[in-house]
Amino acid sequence: MKGAILFDSTKCIGCEACVAACKEKHDLPAAIDPKLTAYTWTVVEQRNKAFVRRLCMHCESPTCVSVCPVEAFRKEPSGPVVYDASRCIGCRYCIMACPFDVPKYQWDRTTPIVQKCNMCADRIAVGKEPACAAVCPTGATIFGDRDQLIGEARVRLKAAPTTYVPHIYGLEEVGGTSVLMLSSVPFPSLGIRPDLPVTPLPTLTWKALSKVPDVVVVGGALLYGIWWITNRRIRVQEALAQEAAKKG
Amino acid sequence: MRKDAEAMNDTRWPEITFWRLVFLVLAATGTVVAILRYSRGLGATTNLSDQFPWGLWIGFDVLTGVGLAAGGFTITAVVHLFNLKRFTPIVRPTVLTAFLGYVFVILALLFDLGQPHRIWHAIVMWNPRSVMFEVAWCVMLYTTVLALEFSPIVFERLNLERPRRIVRAISVPLVIVGVILSTLHQSSLGSLYLIVPMKLHPLWYSPLLPVFFFVSAMAAGLAMVIVESSLCQRAFNHHLEMDLLEPLGRAMVVVLSVYGILRVQDLARRGALLGLRRPGYEGSMFLLEMGLGVLLPIILLAIPRVRARQPGLVTGAFLAILGFVMHRLNVSVTGMERAAGVAYFPSWMEIALSLALVAAGFAVFGLAVRYLPIFPEAPHRASGVEAPAWLLARSASMVAGGSPEPLSPPSAPAGVK
Ligand code: SF4
Ligand code: SF4
Ligand code: SF4
Repeated sequence: MKGAILFDSTKCIGCEACVAACKEKHDLPAAIDPKLTAYTWTVVEQRNKAFVRRLCMHCESPTCVSVCPVEAFRKEPSGPVVYDASRCIGCRYCIMACPFDVPKYQWDRTTPIVQKCNMCADRIAVGKEPACAAVCPTGATIFGDRDQLIGEARVRLKAAPTTYVPHIYGLEEVGGTSVLMLSSVPFPSLGIRPDLPVTPLPTLTWKALSKVPDVVVVGGALLYGIWWITNRRIRVQEALAQEAAKKG
Repeated sequence: MRKDAEAMNDTRWPEITFWRLVFLVLAATGTVVAILRYSRGLGATTNLSDQFPWGLWIGFDVLTGVGLAAGGFTITAVVHLFNLKRFTPIVRPTVLTAFLGYVFVILALLFDLGQPHRIWHAIVMWNPRSVMFEVAWCVMLYTTVLALEFSPIVFERLNLERPRRIVRAISVPLVIVGVILSTLHQSSLGSLYLIVPMKLHPLWYSPLLPVFFFVSAMAAGLAMVIVESSLCQRAFNHHLEMDLLEPLGRAMVVVLSVYGILRVQDLARRGALLGLRRPGYEGSMFLLEMGLGVLLPIILLAIPRVRARQPGLVTGAFLAILGFVMHRLNVSVTGMERAAGVAYFPSWMEIALSLALVAAGFAVFGLAVRYLPIFPEAPHRASGVEAPAWLLARSASMVAGGSPEPLSPPSAPAGVK
């Protein structure tokens, strides 16, 4: 099973039970920051008379996994994108690159680490659902198999086409995410990017990186060739000069 | 070993000059900031935030620093691969500049990384899909190459014939490897930003970012050689040898033109030029960068009369460096601000540490020149081809805080035994 979270904004009442459960599960300070921080991994925002949750989207082809030089991030087959603090060197490329601005840094510490929602990967590993999904009183946040949740989302869209905007957010964005969202108001008005490409972002850098072997081989051959030619020309000139000197 | 004797007599306090005072102040502030950085953390000392995780230390110290050290691979290639031997006198100072440049980039990284003690992780924990990983390896390897390219100078000084001959024997492959590594990471610094098409402003985001970074670094590297040489000329009111620098100016016209045409073509193709009809903040910064830092130097350096005389040549080169710095800062700061939703301006501590690193670079350069045969062929005639390099050395050693040398070119230590 590939685990995923379906968040349905139309069912959310903004009770923040999910936030509190997250804080407790991960031993984070109880105070809730208004935006995602290293100490608040999920928030519930009220926008356009609707509630929307923010959390790591657990991308299918995660940008954070691809950019990290030391592979501190990993996409688990069971869905979550997890972070291993013991590898991290603190370059903050993941923070800069994530299309959803999710990873956050412990700016107040001297040796900070990156923090973000990990979909309670340890709970999933033992067959439990993430803490937020477990406590949500309305079913706005549910956990399940990604394909089944997509089916469930399609059923809801079909059953109430006037309630929902006809879009499952996360189905295709940046190659798909393991957090899916439904909404009654357009996603941009919830502060959710509408402009993400369907191709995973790591393909953009891979296009450049995959040329590295070519540069090495072609460049090496070319440079050696240039040296060989210029060097030979000098040798020839020297030889000619020597001959001329002998004759003269 | 006349120089040794000289150096040993230097026990008296060096005279306080303006530039030494500047250096002392910068070094002192830098030390304080460094202590604060490690005791209080990044948040307390920088204006970085989750919205703006990369600031001046990445944008200037790393992106700009690596680019300005690009003279190293271009000049070694010109001399050793293209066999234009008349440029030989500037090889050693340029390699030294590049080597120091990279060492200071790595130092800057040690301040910028959140877990600097784990910098070695990149060596053992591999992610070949990461541009940052590639950059880390290239910078590491190229710094080693530069150290090797520089090592004969040290061996020469220590009279170590065997290692010197070994390095000399592999000098051509070393240069080739150096050029390839430089090509890779100079361009990859641009590739770092390929991953943020929605965050970097369209005036700077382009699939061609790696090409732009590479070509502009070549121009900047050449410009640095010109400006460095003239810095010394200014300090000593000495005749500047133009025969060697003028062709560099000519090469800059070609490189900058290729760069300018590529950029404008790319913007036109992506329709990003339309936004410039009513330029806002980003548009103005872009026009400034391209007008002042690309177009103007092309025009100046393209006029033979201007290029052939020192003020024109140096102005052109200086503008190109300015344009280069603006480009890197526009990519890393200006172009990212809108998406971040916050404006970023570095804290005084970020600025102070950057300045201190630059000053330290000058100082070490000066010390190296004092004790190593950076200019072994320096002749006794002051107007020779080596004059600019020699002057560069003097101004640097002045900053370094050594005692003022007599105002005659140093005799080659290796030659005088
Ligand atoms: S949302 Fe950001 S942090 Fe989360 S998996 Fe995707 S790229 Fe990584
Ligand atoms: S900050 Fe850490 S986790 Fe993020 S990219 Fe850098 S090394 Fe990887
Ligand atoms: S617990 Fe459920 S209803 Fe309450 S805020 Fe979270 S998602 Fe919304």
